[in-house]
Amino acid sequence: MDRVPVLRLGGLLLVSIQVDLEDSTALALQEDLSQAVVATGARGVLIDISGLEIVDSFVGRMLSTIAAVSRVLDAETVVVGMRPAVAITLVELGLDLAGVRTALDVERGMRVLGSTTAPRADGLPLAR
Amino acid sequence: MSARGGGDEVPIAADADVVRVRQLVRARAQAAGLGLVDLTKVVTAASELARNTLVHGGGGTARVEAVAGTTAGGRPRSGVRAVFVDAGPGIPDVRAALQDGWSSGTGLGLGLSGARRLVDEFDLTSGVGSGTRVVVVKWGR
Ligand SMILES: Nc1ncnc2c1ncn2[C@@H]1O[C@H](COP(=O)(O)OP(=O)(O)OP(=O)(O)O)[C@@H](O)[C@H]1O
Ligand SMILES: [Mg+2]
Repeated sequence: MDRVPVLRLGGLLLVSIQVDLEDSTALALQEDLSQAVVATGARGVLIDISGLEIVDSFVGRMLSTIAAVSRVLDAETVVVGMRPAVAITLVELGLDLAGVRTALDVERGMRVLGSTTAPRADGLPLAR
Repeated sequence: MSARGGGDEVPIAADADVVRVRQLVRARAQAAGLGLVDLTKVVTAASELARNTLVHGGGGTARVEAVAGTTAGGRPRSGVRAVFVDAGPGIPDVRAALQDGWSSGTGLGLGLSGARRLVDEFDLTSGVGSGTRVVVVKWGR
């Protein structure tokens, strides 16, 4: 089974899915990401799916779960790079990717995360 | 509609086989001249059905082949056909199973109903104790 690497970039975690995902690989990524969020204190997760030729119900559910788990762990998730044919298919399949924020490309995704994920004021009292 | 031979039959017994079915369907759809959107749709449908064969049917086989036919207007057209067969428990209530959101497990219940929307022809035969057979066809335009 392949594993999808999780990269750290400043306060963000970056995942670029470049392989046709086996279900077990998708589940492993889900776990790896939630562990990485906790281990790094990342406030944002950017998932680039421009390499994905299809998103079926399993991968769609993985994206929703990653977004939900990350949110509980105080991190925001943005999915970027969905191909137009994938978007059309997803809608016809009936998947709504509930709770998943999307952006067209990595740059825009970073901007979305930048505006919602101010760095944590670790240990410092919050000025109110 | 006629099969043009040279199809592939592969077992569906593990996660990796679902990936292989997707790749086979993609290659046949490409060879049949399907456009990118139609190709994406039929590969996605095949992925759902292959996973159902594995998860609900306890494993089985997929047959992927090129088909040739004619449009209503008499123009020749080519397409891809995928046949999923298992000897699992079968589906007690096919009508319910074909509804959006109906799942006997923890799934979203979109696999069957969604796959049906994504293809041009969809045929499901299932009997309790005698397994399940799903045939889908997607035509090039
Ligand atoms: N090959 C099969 N053998 C036995 N039962 C099946 C088979 N395919 C589908 N089913 C039944 O039909 C139901 C609906 O299938 P469908 O693919 O729509 O949903 P799901 O697999 O439960 O969830 P999802 O595909 O959205 O993750 C399944 O829950 C299962 O009970
Ligand atoms: Mg299913």
